[in-house]
Amino acid sequence: MKMKGWYRRLAAGLPLAAMVFLLSGCGDVNMGILDPQGTVARQQLNLIIIASILCLVILVPVLVMTYVFAWKYRAKKEDAEYKPNWSHSGKIETVMWGVPIVVILIIAILTSIYTHKLEPSKPLESEADAITIEVTALDWKWLFTYPDQGIATVNYVQFPEDVPVHFKLTADAPMNSFWIPQLGGQVYTMSGMAMHLNLMADEPGEYPGKGANFSGEHFGKMGFIAKATSQEDFDKWVEDVKQSSPALTQQGYDELAEQGVLDTKVTYSSFPDGLFDRIVNKYATGTGSGHQHGSSAADSGEAADEGMDGMDMTSMDMSSAEGVTDAAQASDSNQQMHQHD
Amino acid sequence: MWDKIKDFSSDFFVTGDPMIYGADVAIVLVSVAILFVLTYFKKWGWLWREWLTTVDHKKIGIMYILASLLMLFRGGMDALLMRAQLAAPDLEFLKPEHYNEIFTTHGVIMILFMAMPLMFGLFNIAVPLQIGARDVAFPVLNSVSFWLFFAGAMLFNLSFVIGGSPNGGWLAYPPLTEKMFSPGVGQDFYIWGIQISGIGSLATGINFIITILKMRAPGMKLMKMPMFSWSVLASCLTIILAFPILTVTLALLFIDRFAGAHFFTLDGGGNPMMYINLIWMWGHPEVYIVILPAFGIFSEVVATFSKKRLFGYKSMVFALMSISIVSFFTWAHHFFTMGSGADVNVFFAISTMIIAIPTGVKVFNWILTMYKGKITFKQPMLWTMGFIPCFVVGGMTGVLLSIAPADFQFHNSYFLIAHFHQVLIGGVVFGYFAGLYYWWPKMFGFSLDEKLGRWVFWLWNIGFYVCFMPQYLVGLMGMTRRYSTYGWDTGWFGLNLTSTIGAFLMGAGFLVQVWQILYSIKNMQKLKDTTGDPWDGRTLEWTIQSPAPFYNFATDPVVSETDDFWEEKQRIAAGGKPRPKPALAPIHMPKNSGMPVVMAGFFFFAGFGFVFDWMWMAIPGLIGVAASMLVHSFRYDTDFYIPVDEVRRTELAAGREV
Repeated sequence: MKMKGWYRRLAAGLPLAAMVFLLSGCGDVNMGILDPQGTVARQQLNLIIIASILCLVILVPVLVMTYVFAWKYRAKKEDAEYKPNWSHSGKIETVMWGVPIVVILIIAILTSIYTHKLEPSKPLESEADAITIEVTALDWKWLFTYPDQGIATVNYVQFPEDVPVHFKLTADAPMNSFWIPQLGGQVYTMSGMAMHLNLMADEPGEYPGKGANFSGEHFGKMGFIAKATSQEDFDKWVEDVKQSSPALTQQGYDELAEQGVLDTKVTYSSFPDGLFDRIVNKYATGTGSGHQHGSSAADSGEAADEGMDGMDMTSMDMSSAEGVTDAAQASDSNQQMHQHD
Repeated sequence: MWDKIKDFSSDFFVTGDPMIYGADVAIVLVSVAILFVLTYFKKWGWLWREWLTTVDHKKIGIMYILASLLMLFRGGMDALLMRAQLAAPDLEFLKPEHYNEIFTTHGVIMILFMAMPLMFGLFNIAVPLQIGARDVAFPVLNSVSFWLFFAGAMLFNLSFVIGGSPNGGWLAYPPLTEKMFSPGVGQDFYIWGIQISGIGSLATGINFIITILKMRAPGMKLMKMPMFSWSVLASCLTIILAFPILTVTLALLFIDRFAGAHFFTLDGGGNPMMYINLIWMWGHPEVYIVILPAFGIFSEVVATFSKKRLFGYKSMVFALMSISIVSFFTWAHHFFTMGSGADVNVFFAISTMIIAIPTGVKVFNWILTMYKGKITFKQPMLWTMGFIPCFVVGGMTGVLLSIAPADFQFHNSYFLIAHFHQVLIGGVVFGYFAGLYYWWPKMFGFSLDEKLGRWVFWLWNIGFYVCFMPQYLVGLMGMTRRYSTYGWDTGWFGLNLTSTIGAFLMGAGFLVQVWQILYSIKNMQKLKDTTGDPWDGRTLEWTIQSPAPFYNFATDPVVSETDDFWEEKQRIAAGGKPRPKPALAPIHMPKNSGMPVVMAGFFFFAGFGFVFDWMWMAIPGLIGVAASMLVHSFRYDTDFYIPVDEVRRTELAAGREV
């Protein structure tokens, strides 16, 4: 018995020590999804809390019953009731199946509602017009291109608060996953397709973003900062970048796409037209092996192929680049259709 | 010439890491020591006759268990290395490349070369004894299964010192694992190690299904079968449907890498998503394959140590079978975040949650088995008591993960890592440990020391919670899996350090466990099981002596009830007469075969050749495999009879009435 008491104290003490560790730094520590700063992350956290409470409905009685029965019916206790052949009860078994079924049913309904509501490709409701930012996962850095503003950044993304941001995601490297925990859940970045993620920040602030899926040697260095500011500050920042940063050329992009780590954030005053769509199509159309999603994709795929053939990747010829962009968009929408098949 | 050799060996052997040089030296020394001991004590013949060529299910089971404990050591070392690297921010104990190799081998080894063989070991030990059979349905095939597993495991582990370990994650997602991004041979070791052992797993699945369906003792209807055997049946049905998918998937990846095909490449019309679907069509059922037998073990243990019938037998069978079926319809929950769209996500979210229902019912069944029982807390029961709370919490976080919109936040984070370790350690490992302690006396004739066993239990349990509870939190704070370092500014230091402490507590638990086994071997006489029934058991394996004689049952057992042995003991205690024993008769047994170990050797040879693209080695290897099978199929001298005298002598020597 003496030994047991010692075990228990140890068992109770260690998690407590862990909590002290944690709380000591709580003030300035980023709490990730527990500290949501955007509408999507907030709804996701609510859902997690509701579901946790529903699970506790089963968890708590089970734990209590386990310990109570183990204690009450221990062999050492001589006077406890003993029914060695009792092994069936219609009533109890009905409850035993019934309660989990009901709880899971409730969670399933909730899941169904929230899955449709929070589908990441669905645009967010807001009075403000959405801003589009294209995201390309490279080995091992993030390239952000702003098609409306005409600027580009690496390992850093800025957008106005209270404005829906429509991220278009792809990869020019092994797949990764684009995640800003405080703003909302992640979506994979995969080559050959454009994925969609809609997020919105409620407050100005700097939110850590991650490359959440393993993509090779230095994938751990694929962190970035997502900064939400007021609309004015954002406009001013865009102007600054346009004035003071160098341009990203196609050659510059090719160099950027090579394997390596970039520890600093980089900004570019411009980027080659249609860069994102070309990255998507580079893999989507393949080498003419007939890999297409859905039958209607064939036409646009061929168009994109022609565009690719007519273009030397190192020089920028505007006319053919436009052709590529059109075809790319058509192909892009086919990709989307495929995803919702 | 000398330069050529130097060039070759600097590529062929893994160089540049002092830890690996240390391992090289250790491996050479241990191998030399083993060869020396075997030669010095003239044990080669014994090794060949008694172990390498054996078709006895109990010996094969013991070899499985030994191999899996070795692999638990290797995988555990990997885990401790990772936890040491993550103990504090910005550590440079392991380089990222090395870290990536370690988490890859940790995952593969723990699931495929630790959990699977430990499970097969327990199948082999317990199932034939429980259902009253003399061996499995196909004893030679059983030996083939073991040796193929062993060849695959050795091939995979060889990558540690030769050629370089795989580093693409335990499921090796392309395009990362294609030649373009992983040009080294590590990925080929992965493919061939798993392929070769996978054939063995599939064969075991078939073998045990037939054994259970065709070889039960007279009177043992399916609905009177012990629950562990039911769980093995459910698990094996899942194996034979799931493992072919793995074989095909890895074969396609191999063709990509070997022949330059484009199934899963970035370019040339390849589609990596296809691989991810396929691998999880195997991967998700796989986790149910390993957990179902653990459920079976707990069912046996709870009933035995509560001295009470298992509550809700029919519910239990239904729950096992429904899990095994529904497990095939949940795979896409591993990639809710890959843009399948809301409708697909809802389908897979709900199919996943549905599994929580039968699983929850099982937990209620075990608790209600304890209700109004007479519970003793011997080691197997202790592990069961550790399992229930752990698994229930792990199941709850599993339900949270299955909620697709919430999973967008959990995915790839340490929350997920904590969840699956909680169900795999708290469920599978605790379950197999319970089984190991439970059937140990039947394997070896003595039990494992109780007092040390309590230390093992508490170290593992406390270590588990200290290790993994902080990981839930650090995951919610945004820490992603597979990070090899993190910064001071993240605020993850305290939680990670705590987690590392917990991991080392579990490591200490394992060491004490090894000590417990050695100590118990030394004190074997004191811990001897003279009755054959150390736990006051309920099923057929406890009717015979410990350790079980090689023919299992002197006479064919006959069964009339569920838990027949228990009912029989009750009847006798109430003054009834014991069932009359039939007269001894010669026992028909299978003969040893050297084919399996030779064939597995050729398989290893071929696999190694394919890894390095050495056709001069691969092709003779494959020819050897085919020749082994051919030779075996012309062997007609496959069985023999044990004379009545020998059976009588063996039984009397164990103090049994004949």
